[in-house]
Amino acid sequence: MNTEQKSIFSTLDYPLLTGILLVCSLGLITLYSASGEDVDLLINHSGRIVIAMIAMYIVSLIPISTLSTMSLHLYLVGIVFLILVLVFGIVGKGAQRWVDLGVINFQPSEIMKITVPMMAAWIMTHNPMMPSVMKIFLAVLSIVIPCVLVILQPDLGTALLIAASGSIVIFLAGISWKIILVFGVVGAVSAPLVWTMVLYDYQKERILTMLDPWSDPLGAGYHAVQSMIAIGSGGVIGKGWLAGTQSRLEFIPERSTDFIFSVMGEEFGLGGFILLMLIYLMLVFRGFWIGFCVEDTYAKLLAGGLSFTFFAYVFVNIGMVSGILPVVGVPLPFISYGGTSIVTLMIGFGILMSISQKMKTN
Amino acid sequence: MIRSIRQEFDQNILEQRFMLTLLIIVLLSFILFVRVAYLQIAQHDRFKLLSQENHIDRVPLVPVRGLILDRNEEILAHNVQVFNLEILPDLVPDLDRYLYELSHLIELTIEDIEELKATLELRPSFERQTLKTNLTDEQVAIFSVNQHRFPGVELRVDLQRDYPYGGLTAHVVGYVGRISPDNRELIYEQGGYEGISYIGKIGIESQYESTLKGQPGHSQVEMNAHGRIVRHLRQDLPNSGQTLHLGLDIMLQKESMEALEGYEGSVVAIEPKTGEILALASAPTYDPNLFINGISQTRYLQLNTSELKPLFNRSIYGQYAPGSTIKGFISLVGLEHGFKHDREVFCPGWYSLPNNQRRYRCWKRSGHGLVNGDAAIERSCDVYYYDLAIRLGIERLQAGLTRFGFGRKTGIDLDKERSGLMPNMEWKQKTQNQPWYPGDTVNTGIGQGYMLMTPIQLASMTAILANRGVAITPRLLKMLENPITQKTESQVIPEKKQIELRQVEFYDQVIESMRRVVHSANGTARSINNGMLYEMAGKTGTAQVIGIPQGQDYDEKNTPKKYRDHSLFIGFAPIDDPQIAIAVIVENGGSGSKVAAPIARRLVDYYLQERLNMFASDVDASSSSTS
Repeated sequence: MNTEQKSIFSTLDYPLLTGILLVCSLGLITLYSASGEDVDLLINHSGRIVIAMIAMYIVSLIPISTLSTMSLHLYLVGIVFLILVLVFGIVGKGAQRWVDLGVINFQPSEIMKITVPMMAAWIMTHNPMMPSVMKIFLAVLSIVIPCVLVILQPDLGTALLIAASGSIVIFLAGISWKIILVFGVVGAVSAPLVWTMVLYDYQKERILTMLDPWSDPLGAGYHAVQSMIAIGSGGVIGKGWLAGTQSRLEFIPERSTDFIFSVMGEEFGLGGFILLMLIYLMLVFRGFWIGFCVEDTYAKLLAGGLSFTFFAYVFVNIGMVSGILPVVGVPLPFISYGGTSIVTLMIGFGILMSISQKMKTN
Repeated sequence: MIRSIRQEFDQNILEQRFMLTLLIIVLLSFILFVRVAYLQIAQHDRFKLLSQENHIDRVPLVPVRGLILDRNEEILAHNVQVFNLEILPDLVPDLDRYLYELSHLIELTIEDIEELKATLELRPSFERQTLKTNLTDEQVAIFSVNQHRFPGVELRVDLQRDYPYGGLTAHVVGYVGRISPDNRELIYEQGGYEGISYIGKIGIESQYESTLKGQPGHSQVEMNAHGRIVRHLRQDLPNSGQTLHLGLDIMLQKESMEALEGYEGSVVAIEPKTGEILALASAPTYDPNLFINGISQTRYLQLNTSELKPLFNRSIYGQYAPGSTIKGFISLVGLEHGFKHDREVFCPGWYSLPNNQRRYRCWKRSGHGLVNGDAAIERSCDVYYYDLAIRLGIERLQAGLTRFGFGRKTGIDLDKERSGLMPNMEWKQKTQNQPWYPGDTVNTGIGQGYMLMTPIQLASMTAILANRGVAITPRLLKMLENPITQKTESQVIPEKKQIELRQVEFYDQVIESMRRVVHSANGTARSINNGMLYEMAGKTGTAQVIGIPQGQDYDEKNTPKKYRDHSLFIGFAPIDDPQIAIAVIVENGGSGSKVAAPIARRLVDYYLQERLNMFASDVDASSSSTS
């Protein structure tokens, strides 16, 4: 830090910004094809990106210490919203996820992907006198409560991401392997219980179809089968931009939103996938590097947690679209059209940028 | 405070965990890479094929069915544009409302609606179904105005078979109908029916089905996930069916049907030198256009059970006792076996076999007196032929007549022609399990008894006589024409065969006697020669429908119509250059000379004068002289 006059954009982290812009560009190109060359939709999407980037910029201005102190409040507000959704929520696609705030519909479960790792990091770092077991218990509780609320909506994909975002913070905080082992055993034992008591029929169906989508290619397996056909038929170099028959002829359902990766796979092939993964990994690695380089443990844990959450998005989305994970509603970051996910993601990167200002001078 | 917290964490462990997490991320990324690479490299061929099957489809292009024309290129069967109303069940939100509202706009019967509902239950909902065929111009206009109210219901222009002459050609051209289960075998054998929904059911339409139907083409199309065609990738166009030129003269056909008006019967006219069939009339008839889209049950029942049998093609299925019309041919058989034409027989009005009481009567109760072969034909003396038949014997008679086509199919290009019946001893033993009696031979001598012939057989043997023994298979088809290039694809070459007799003059002798039937003062058909501008050879026939018991008289007035005699006539003209050979049968019409012969005169007059304009200058001369 010096006294030199700083530009108003000095809070931005340029490696992250570059990566985000690259992914967004790739996303706009793909979305143009996936939407059937719908310019209005593209403008709409660009508008969201701009709004989300403004949000990112604003968040990057907030010092990380301020964010740290706000962890509990933000978390509680999020929980209240989740309860509101369950009580008054708008039903969309068979699930209650949205709260109507008058101007925009808002999906509170999205913001939990930020507030849960913040809360977990805060619990792990801000109570030095608390015994470590107690901290872990509280942190786990702070993860389980929102997860249960989100599953009740029901939105399995988001619950998974929330769980991942919080758990990774606890893992990064260095809890002992014994405790991790205990969680592993508990998880393995409770899995059948979750299957029978928590999961809805359509969720079970998705998981079963994932195991063998070809058993019902026109019914429950339709999404998975058509998207695998799209990706597989793309080959190494793809069918070319705007030339994917699976997407252009509307064989892929939800091709502008959750299944947009199958459009990329079809039109840009394996080469397109590798390029996309490299940009994503660059963003993830930069996030980890920021975490690696700050001294403050809260900031460190949060940076690692947010970066990993971002990667979890990518892994779950491409995993489900390519048929190795069940179809859960997780968008491809910065590329899928719509939803509040893009704002959440940008806020996450805003926080990372805020943290990056605390990096040890390199 | 921050410092104290930081001290609680072992920075090494944190760094370890960061590295471990990064490792997990790299590992998971690699899993994704392996998965995507597996789909895009290892499984690429399979998925490429699947994606093509997804969106590329072959749609048949329906060929245009060939036209059927008469000898003067008059259209007997063609394809007209019709408007059909079709429904796409997938796009219809409320079928009952649609049907209710549509039935107020256009005529929809309860049967239409029930049929549609039954079809919809059986067929997938993305398949188009026909709601109503053949909309009138008014209905098209009304629907077009209201179309916006019925998304999923569309007007479609289709080609449909049409027979402009209706009933006149029903027994010749036949009709097409929707492909039915009993056509399946044919379709399976022949192939090439993709997209085609009509097939020739009867008549020429059925006989030349494979020539008329054409070859369907295919369009390779790209379809989207909703089954809508996005674009055409490749097309091989359909080949239209060939144009059929028939030898039929529709105007003569029309005249024939008019001449038969009010009767049940048949007229067959042949051009002797080519074997081309000029007219093939069977009365009464029906409208073939009713059958194209399926005739209603009640209407079909009406036609099928009618006493007049309008669906029955008498010209090729109807089998009648030929009666005296065949006397000339029996004379030919006699001449061939040495019974000279000037040989005389005494006719007292009846004939009896030796040692037998039974009297076989001549139609002339008072008898013809002494008659030779010439007079026997001219006056149609029965006793002369009873005698000749007995002298020849049934076996020689049967063998001789068979040479002229008796008891054999003529080979006309129509389905299910009957062969008539030329009996002999073996036949009777086999079918009736009875010996042949001499009386049977007597009856055969005047074309009665077991003997049966179809009108086409009668016309065909008349043509043979006109040709002085040259037998030509009668044909409806004259030539095939490619509809695009308008070039003749193939010409029917008539099958000719000379029926050799010991002396060619035998034919001329019989023809001269048959000329006298019409033109001499004693001829049985002399009543028709008034003002005739040409020479005609003919023979009347009056065939008994029921046997008259020994010693009783036939009383036409007191006999119910269906037991009255059939009236027959055969003939050809002009004698020196025959243009037309004709056979006329009027069921229960009575005497041949009174009903059938005048019809033949009218038709031959019409054909030679109006169609061939043979005596145009004479007519001009006479009309100018009278004015």
